[in-house]
Amino acid sequence: MRRKNWTIPYALFLAIFVVTPLLLIVYYSFTDAEGALTLANFRKFLMHPEAMNTFIYSIGIAVITTLACLILGYPAAYILSNKRFNTSETMVVLFILPMWVNILIRTLATVALFDFLNLPLGEGALVFGMIYNFLPFMIYPIYNTLQKMDQSLIEAAQDLGANPIQVFMKTILPLSMPGVMSGIVMVFMPTVSTFAIAELLTMNNIKLFGTTVQENIYNGMWNYGAALSLIMLILIGITILFTNDENSVSNEGGGVI
Amino acid sequence: MMTKIMAKAYLWILLALLYSPILIIMIFSFTEAKVLGNWTGFSTKLYSSLFAGGLQRSLVGALWNTFAIAIIAATISTILGSIAAIGIFNLRSRPRQIMNFTNAIPMMNPDIITGVSLFLLFVSFGVSQGFTTVVLAHIAFCTPYVVLSVMPRLKKMNSNIYEAALDLGATPFQALRKVILPEIRPGMISGFILAFTLSIDDFAVTIFTIGNEGLETLSTFIYADARKGGLTPELRPLSTIIFVTVLVLLIVINKRAEKAKSE
Repeated sequence: MRRKNWTIPYALFLAIFVVTPLLLIVYYSFTDAEGALTLANFRKFLMHPEAMNTFIYSIGIAVITTLACLILGYPAAYILSNKRFNTSETMVVLFILPMWVNILIRTLATVALFDFLNLPLGEGALVFGMIYNFLPFMIYPIYNTLQKMDQSLIEAAQDLGANPIQVFMKTILPLSMPGVMSGIVMVFMPTVSTFAIAELLTMNNIKLFGTTVQENIYNGMWNYGAALSLIMLILIGITILFTNDENSVSNEGGGVI
Repeated sequence: MMTKIMAKAYLWILLALLYSPILIIMIFSFTEAKVLGNWTGFSTKLYSSLFAGGLQRSLVGALWNTFAIAIIAATISTILGSIAAIGIFNLRSRPRQIMNFTNAIPMMNPDIITGVSLFLLFVSFGVSQGFTTVVLAHIAFCTPYVVLSVMPRLKKMNSNIYEAALDLGATPFQALRKVILPEIRPGMISGFILAFTLSIDDFAVTIFTIGNEGLETLSTFIYADARKGGLTPELRPLSTIIFVTVLVLLIVINKRAEKAKSE
């Protein structure tokens, strides 16, 4: 088959619309408005307490959201995947479904809920909204790995005299780690990089790092905005390396279809 | 028995939590009040005014744009991605690794990075932003998913069938159409559906590539609307309709998949 030439159109497309744009982020971050090489954009970030605080605050919110999603999501994924509880596939769909509803609609729905319950918008609404938005991204990959897990390993552990807690700690949990890791990446990444939804959930009182990036790009500060994007990219690169899971990519957005 | 009940209860509590916001929107789509949370009696006026369209021409326009962009982007992504998958499948291991890695970049990148990077691309080369740039941006983040859904079908295919077709006198094009295409079609279809939903759902990439010529998609419309403070009441029935449609579609697809599996 000489079909390898068929790669060419997509290779060109990727070069123009994926690789070049990323190189442009790097180029803009290390230059000033006149195009001269500089580190001023990064210096500005480090010297600017507000940007720095927003950055750290965003990481904090993302960590809290990720942990909460893990604590709430793991048991759910476990119950859904365990044959003993005999849950239907439709139940799984119900958990994944919110992933397919526009994120702004979901966010406005959260605002509506808080209004309805007469709860103030702010940090609490922000964290609730984030968990509400991204919990399915934690449940799905964990559910996937748990479901593919070889059941005989659990039986083997039981036969060898492990009690239920030991079975969980020594067999099920380690085997589900790939799913947990992709879940962490899939929740942490969108939470730390989100913009727009934080303003809606807090009536513009709390700003996240994604908003800072967006505002700078919108106000024509392309170089500074690019530098902030690069910082975010590095943060996410570190997260992916740290969780180091080959499956995190192929699992993403798999949905039910 | 007790743990079973508790496990089920846990799932239902979590679902109630996940669905309570959307339920509020659904309930309040059946009342006329401008402000959400005020119940002024049952009414379907919001639904009729959504479809009458008079007031909300911009909303209808935004919906139309969203669908047009999604159809075009998903179609081109499916064609580009399927051709690419066949090509990548036939590459030697080194270039294949490079292609697979580059293909994974748009999936690993957060939306905002994809958005900013494409924005910089368009402004650097003086491309005026509008419908075309949004479609190009959507193709960029949708195609990798098509490649990933077609690739497993190619791997599963017996390559001898293709050779056999050639030996039996088929031209390479005929062999492609009659042998390879039927094999990868399910992958292409799920790739298309995935690309379509990703495109409809997108907000972050769209807002960076849509320009300021007044083009709106559903996402940017809602965003602009929410920023103005008041939420257009017609968005409540619209969200309800979208939600119910997605729910029914997913359950139908899932039931079919379950049936196919058991057969």
